Amino acid sequence: MSQSNTPVKNDNIFIAGKSYNSRLLVGTGKYKDLEETKLAIEASGAEIVTVAIRRTNIGQNPKEPNLLDVISPGKYTILPNTAHCYTAEDAVRTCRLARELLEGEDLVKLEVLGDEKTLYPDITATLEAAETLVNDGFKVMVYTSDDPIIAKRLEEIGCIAVMPLAAPIGSGLGVRNPYNILTIIEEANVPILVDAGVGTASDAAIAMELGCDGVLMNTAIAGAQNPVLMASAMKKAIEAGREAFLAGRIPRKRYASASSPVDGAFF
Amino acid sequence: MNIQLNGESKNIDDGLTAEQLVVQLGLAGKRLAMEINMEIVPRSTYETVVLKPNDKVEIVRAIGGG
Repeated sequence: MSQSNTPVKNDNIFIAGKSYNSRLLVGTGKYKDLEETKLAIEASGAEIVTVAIRRTNIGQNPKEPNLLDVISPGKYTILPNTAHCYTAEDAVRTCRLARELLEGEDLVKLEVLGDEKTLYPDITATLEAAETLVNDGFKVMVYTSDDPIIAKRLEEIGCIAVMPLAAPIGSGLGVRNPYNILTIIEEANVPILVDAGVGTASDAAIAMELGCDGVLMNTAIAGAQNPVLMASAMKKAIEAGREAFLAGRIPRKRYASASSPVDGAFF
Repeated sequence: MNIQLNGESKNIDDGLTAEQLVVQLGLAGKRLAMEINMEIVPRSTYETVVLKPNDKVEIVRAIGGG
């Protein structure tokens, strides 16, 4: 890599063949209202934004603003998720509805959950759903555990990005198993994004310093006391972590090594 | 006749099309997707799809999520 004093240029991430400047992907859940959602997403700099697919509220005010009016598919890449799906069948069905809703866009975030307490992925169901979706032409970004073998299997099935959790969804515990994340990154031929578990800016930076291609988060921003400010902090953390990764950190040593030269000391 | 609309029973006119249902619900022009009996109904076919008694209709939209 060429030496440069300026920040890294042209360090875009490619997802499903499309180039993105931001390596931060954000969710749209848990915000106070649509205005806060909009402001936080703008502050995050994210270009890929996740949404959930749910029943339309029949009989409610038809003038009620729609999320996609605020987070326009013209401006953002909309990444529909399969949150709350506990079977492969429900997840596939949700993705098909999402594709219809988004006029044929076939990028999806697959998650098939195991239980409500951990929200850990049900891996066997995730593998099954991933295979069905890939065969049906979907571009699948898949939420999974931090198991390197499963991450590889999902890549082999044809998922276009693999997204291991840092910690349980919404837990804010940060990267709990950096060595597994590192192994997944080292073995991967598709983008690896940490999805879920980030709590604050340093957690996001740690994920990026490990060499993750990006981070997907929702609660860490939406649940902060000041979501818009946290969104801005996350944007910087992702950039800082990425630059630190590219710069190449010093090795960890147990003892000191002086920063000032010993030669020429006059005392 | 009755259909199941988003999990609830709803009485509609015989021969109602998917398009007419969307209009009656005040959802015309909204970003939505529909399935009938677990099958996707492409938007381009709304005017020709006629609802039948006991059809299970789901109409969904995008909401905030992570």
